[in-house]
Amino acid sequence: MSLLSATSVTAHYGDFQALFGINFAMAAGETVAIIGSNGAGKSTFLRALTGLRPTTGQNIQFDGALIAGLPADAIHKRGLAMVPEGRRLFPSLTVEENLQIGAAGGRAGHWTLDAVYDLFPDLRDKRRNGGTELSGGQQQMVAIGRALMSNPKLLLCDEISLGLSPKVIKDIYAAVPRIQAAGTSLIVVEQDVGQALAVADRIYCFMEGRVSLTGTPATVTRAEISQAYFGLNTEGTAA
Amino acid sequence: MIWVNAILQGVLLGGLYALFAAGLSLMFGVMRFVNIAHGDFIVVGAYAILTAIVTMGLPPVLGVAAVLVLMAVAGFAGQYVVLNRVLGKDILPPILVTFGMSIILQNALLEIYSADSRKLPTGTFETSSIDLAGGLAVGVLPLCMFLTALAVIGGLQFVFYRTALGRMLRATSDDPEIVPLMGGNNNRIFAIATAMASLVVGIAGIWLAMKTQFDPAAGPARLLFAFEAVIIGGLGNLWGTLAGGIILGVAQTLGAQIGGGFQILAGHLVFLLILIVRPKGLFPRMKG
Repeated sequence: MSLLSATSVTAHYGDFQALFGINFAMAAGETVAIIGSNGAGKSTFLRALTGLRPTTGQNIQFDGALIAGLPADAIHKRGLAMVPEGRRLFPSLTVEENLQIGAAGGRAGHWTLDAVYDLFPDLRDKRRNGGTELSGGQQQMVAIGRALMSNPKLLLCDEISLGLSPKVIKDIYAAVPRIQAAGTSLIVVEQDVGQALAVADRIYCFMEGRVSLTGTPATVTRAEISQAYFGLNTEGTAA
Repeated sequence: MIWVNAILQGVLLGGLYALFAAGLSLMFGVMRFVNIAHGDFIVVGAYAILTAIVTMGLPPVLGVAAVLVLMAVAGFAGQYVVLNRVLGKDILPPILVTFGMSIILQNALLEIYSADSRKLPTGTFETSSIDLAGGLAVGVLPLCMFLTALAVIGGLQFVFYRTALGRMLRATSDDPEIVPLMGGNNNRIFAIATAMASLVVGIAGIWLAMKTQFDPAAGPARLLFAFEAVIIGGLGNLWGTLAGGIILGVAQTLGAQIGGGFQILAGHLVFLLILIVRPKGLFPRMKG
């Protein structure tokens, strides 16, 4: 069954058009990676899905209901959570309070404080620390845990590897299978193509506000990705 | 001993200033805007209790309850209907709107209650006092006023740091853009913050009505005292606000000992001095 389907999503920043009719669909249980270079429109698309960036038109369906045009807090309550780019922890809250804020929407399920501490054991000892006193990797764990606390049906991860060391990125991605196992579908936005291919069932490549390639990690070739990612020629505007 | 007495009275007066300041501090803390009509809201609270008890003849407990409920509801509605529309990246619109509210409130009060200064009679409550050692005495009313300030600030502190609501208020203060991603609704959170602030404003207004003469134009000076207490104590720190109120109160009563004309001036001078030496206040907590 289709969990999320978006048709012809456009977005503007003033006069600048960031998205040119994105079509996107995923089924429940899938993990989809969106890759693309800086400015390709990946984050803008996620912000449109969450309601942070209002969209015009009735073109986004989530879990059988229309969500386009709803305010962000209402979309969140339907089970769509996001780990925002740059982590955006609340600096005056402790680690545990940051996690508790994630549960403010009141959705019950597998993810509780304990479940998050089991997923990221480093956080248990740091739970009384200020959220921003932690290392970058631990902060990213808090940001992911905070989003999980709402027990989302779909978790959007925006550039969770950004600014982290390869070792830390590996640790964080090690948590992904357990998140999937708990029944959560994922959209992972990445500039790191290798990481994205490793976890995803399917990929979308964005370029200059359009989908330039879709496929599964098994079927797309490196050459196709390079072309769709960097736009070395103009053939790649499929899908 | 006269000076010790002046300091003691100043500390108790500081409780009133902390009550003036707490609501202002709360709204600034959560929404980052200064409510220019804050002092006028306090005076509205004072007239409301006067009307409830003197004009309508309600029993004191009922009158106080009515005023507090009314203030909180008005604060919630005012934030939801008016102020939420003008809050944004630009800090000027909410300041202009509350400046306009200030003028409207002052003139409305003038129209309804005339320019005569009024006071809420409290019988023996304002004249009785407790004798301390060394010939010192504290009035029961100023003492209760100070204890109220302690309770209010302790209560706000509890709500902010020990409850889910307070967690959400602090998160909203940190990063309102991200809060909807956690299921929080900014407009509703702002309205709740203003309702809480208005409740405190109501408490401050009731004590103002019992403590001193007030008139429809008394608001701006209360705003100034509140503002000075907040700045002296450091933005975003409620106990700092209490300390700021006490420092202001003590400066004023010591100034009054020097000469009648020095009372208000001494408070302002201490404020300026602290602004020069510690521009962020004595106990700043707010980042950035």
